[in-house]
Amino acid sequence: MNQWEVVIGIETHAQLATVSKIFSGASTAFGAEPNTQACAVDLALPGVLPVLNKKAVDCAIRFGLAIGAEVARKSIFARKNYFYPDLPKGYQISQMDLPVVVGGNLTLQVGSGDKAYEKVVRLTRAHLEEDAGKSLHEDFHGKSGIDLNRAGTPLLEIVSEPDMRSSDEAVAYAKALHGLVRWIGICDGNMQEGSFRCDANVSVRPKGQAEFGTRREIKNLNSFRFLKEAIDFEVQWQINEIEEGRKIQQATVLFDPDTGETRSMRSKEDAHDYRYFPDPDLLPLVIGGDWIERVKGELPELPDQKRERFMTVLGLSPYDAGTLTASQEIAAYFEATVVVAGQSNAKPCANWVMVDLAARLNKEGKDIAESPVSAQQLGGLIQRIADNTISNNIAKKVFETLWNGEGATADEVIDKQGLKQITDTGAIEALVDDVLAANAANVAEFKAGKEKAFNALVGQVMKAAKGKANPQQVNDLLKKKLAG
Amino acid sequence: MINKSLKELAQALAAKQISSVELSTLFLDRIERLNPDINAFVTVDREKTLAMARAADARIAAGTAGPLTGIPVAQKDIFCAEGWTTTCGSKMLANFVSPYDATVIRKMHSEAGMVSLGKTNMDEFAMGSSNETSYFGQVRNPWDRTRVPGGSSGGSAAAVAARLAPAATGTDTGGSIRQPAALCNLTGLKPTYGVVSRYGMIAFASSLDQGGPMAASAEDCALLLNTMVGFDERDSTSLNRPVEDYARDLDKPLNGLRIGLPKEFFGEGCDAEVMAAVRAAIAEYEKLGASCVEVSLPNSHLSVPAYYVIAPAEASSNLSRFDGVRYGYRAPEYGNLDDMYMKTRAQGFGAEVKRRILIGAYVLSHGYYDAYYLQAQRIRRLIANDFVEAFKSCDVIMGPTSPSTAFKLGEKAADPVQMYLSDIYTIAVNLAGLPGMSIPCGFVGGLPVGLQLVGNYFAESQLLNVAHRYQQATDWHARRPGAID
Repeated sequence: MNQWEVVIGIETHAQLATVSKIFSGASTAFGAEPNTQACAVDLALPGVLPVLNKKAVDCAIRFGLAIGAEVARKSIFARKNYFYPDLPKGYQISQMDLPVVVGGNLTLQVGSGDKAYEKVVRLTRAHLEEDAGKSLHEDFHGKSGIDLNRAGTPLLEIVSEPDMRSSDEAVAYAKALHGLVRWIGICDGNMQEGSFRCDANVSVRPKGQAEFGTRREIKNLNSFRFLKEAIDFEVQWQINEIEEGRKIQQATVLFDPDTGETRSMRSKEDAHDYRYFPDPDLLPLVIGGDWIERVKGELPELPDQKRERFMTVLGLSPYDAGTLTASQEIAAYFEATVVVAGQSNAKPCANWVMVDLAARLNKEGKDIAESPVSAQQLGGLIQRIADNTISNNIAKKVFETLWNGEGATADEVIDKQGLKQITDTGAIEALVDDVLAANAANVAEFKAGKEKAFNALVGQVMKAAKGKANPQQVNDLLKKKLAG
Repeated sequence: MINKSLKELAQALAAKQISSVELSTLFLDRIERLNPDINAFVTVDREKTLAMARAADARIAAGTAGPLTGIPVAQKDIFCAEGWTTTCGSKMLANFVSPYDATVIRKMHSEAGMVSLGKTNMDEFAMGSSNETSYFGQVRNPWDRTRVPGGSSGGSAAAVAARLAPAATGTDTGGSIRQPAALCNLTGLKPTYGVVSRYGMIAFASSLDQGGPMAASAEDCALLLNTMVGFDERDSTSLNRPVEDYARDLDKPLNGLRIGLPKEFFGEGCDAEVMAAVRAAIAEYEKLGASCVEVSLPNSHLSVPAYYVIAPAEASSNLSRFDGVRYGYRAPEYGNLDDMYMKTRAQGFGAEVKRRILIGAYVLSHGYYDAYYLQAQRIRRLIANDFVEAFKSCDVIMGPTSPSTAFKLGEKAADPVQMYLSDIYTIAVNLAGLPGMSIPCGFVGGLPVGLQLVGNYFAESQLLNVAHRYQQATDWHARRPGAID
């Protein structure tokens, strides 16, 4: 394994979040009764013609701008000809020679902790095309049923350069892309419904070799886990083949999640000749500067820009900034928290969102958008930690109370439950004196050099204060008294 | 009534001399009597026609009629019409009842209030120049029933020539309006590409197809064209231009008109007597105040080969939807999916359609695309540029529409290349996307000869004017075939 290098490129089909189809007015909503969302154009009745949905173009431009790509001023729709029952026209309208988006980059965070690193993957292109319908092979007594609801749904096919060198990088790429298309609102990212699916081109080569090995393409991976499993299996299979003296043949393969294996679907020899040619029913897609400017004006702050701002303006670490920009929902929650807690508390806000809140959400299987504790509530809580009204430990209790819906604000909970921290030096001093008097043994141990005894004394003071004494003040006072 | 112009029919309807129901019945009766011999119509539906006529009469009575409301017209069976069987001349669609209207159908019937007399015969999927490739049998030329009417709009041409309809629609991909118009003594106009919507017009070659009128005179064509045109957001190649009245310039004098005569259209390859009739027509134009100038279309000899790459390429893809899955013909017996496709398409398409699908698939296939398809596209641009150059020194180009008069049924059916060459003068016009007309200009041996007029982009009004003035000075277009009834 160690003398082999893995090379992976990924093609992703992202279903665009338009209301109607790319070349007809029919709805794109998922889950309707079969063939109820297919109009004359989707059914490819004789004589019908495609008309481009400008909203799909808006999505492509958004994507191009978001990855720093060139949005082509002129692109061409082409026909990809092949026969299949769920392809009504006998051709798919796609883009071949002149795609709408050319180039661009995606920055990924790979791994976590000490092994985390940043990687830039180059994108080759992204083009607009229509989806096919679905063939249903069950429940038709040996025949196949055809559902054309999906036929004509707009897709953006996003093609990466073969820049990934491990299944982890491939997954990081897919996740970053998934996050981005949702961030800019062009795709709902629902992988189970097929809104975001990946094909992985995988090859291996001896380390140090300049040429790529022969690749095999794993089709239609619709979860990050399958993507990783499929690539890992495929890589090992290819290495075994080569090591046993066989050559890899270019092929298209399918991943079977049940067996965890890939198997060949068709070899290069049976590859279709798709007879691409420019679709004479559609004019070249011309995108003027004003169109691009309009879309640019509608774009939200992009993850990279936000990450950069979190680091420079809020002083977060690259890791924190990366985690908090993993999705627009997380970023929005974090920012709303900071608005309440104040910019100077950005770091504790980051910790609360990434650690405490994330753990709690994770435990209950909830999304941040469904969090019972709002960003405003959390911000208010963090404010009270910052101004020493409560300690971090008490804050966790308040958080739990808010989570359970037993209070509208942190202040209300603190007030009702009497959790306000004791910061009055006189009051703390009285407690300390009581504890020192009652625990002579510990005092003696400490004086004999046993540091642990100090912690026991702190614990006694906190216990006496019902946890509400300011820990720093307790420490300082104890030290002072023991020293004196 | 049978021989009246559209204008006269409109006047008669407006004056209540006749109702649309009576007028339509007149033509329906004539179709019933004469169509079995001529075979111009493949679908007639008296009830539907009369229902439309009654609706038209109601509009006339209510005072909401348009200029052509109530006038019957024949529709080429390439236009989808809701509730009508729409076959495109093919076994593949013999059972296809369209659930929707083509834009042209909607405009002519729902909007203009014209009445459909039925669907006319045509070469299968508009592929042919003689109407002999139709699944529904050959059409006989009313001028000589042993001869072809031309194609692919042969049914429309024969229907108007035999006065089974006052006028008809056609479509023209390489000459399919102009050539049958020439062979049946009609006036036919193929507009500039993009002027008439292609939505609902079953595609043969999308970048070349264009619908247009076929009638007894330029004036009739102008009135009919007014009902057919207009921007259509359902057709991405439809052009958004201001509405114009194509009849407005009909009477303009032709003084100073510069007629371009391409030397390539006056050389070898044309029947001498046809050429003599064409030259006589041009002499007539000089009498009307026009002058002639020689022009050149140096790449016109490449138009037939370029066309027979581009049109089949587009057709091979356009016809892929006829796969037996959703509508139309499906082979009664088959094994697996591939077998279903193969048997369905082998049985559903005729020989000429299969030939063109094969040519088209070949020229688009890997390794041949550059040599054939891209090369043909380059030639197409050269041909278009030739016309642009030519129009710098003339206003309208003239020449023969077809190198011969109507040929015998079966005469060229076995020789595709000879058949393809019958469109040698018309094809370049489609490749360039220009408007073209054919008008009657004489007879050879009792058979009509057509004069082709080609205009610059969007010069339909001018072409109609040039045609109309000639028809005011001559009576070729007014002649009717004898012994029809």
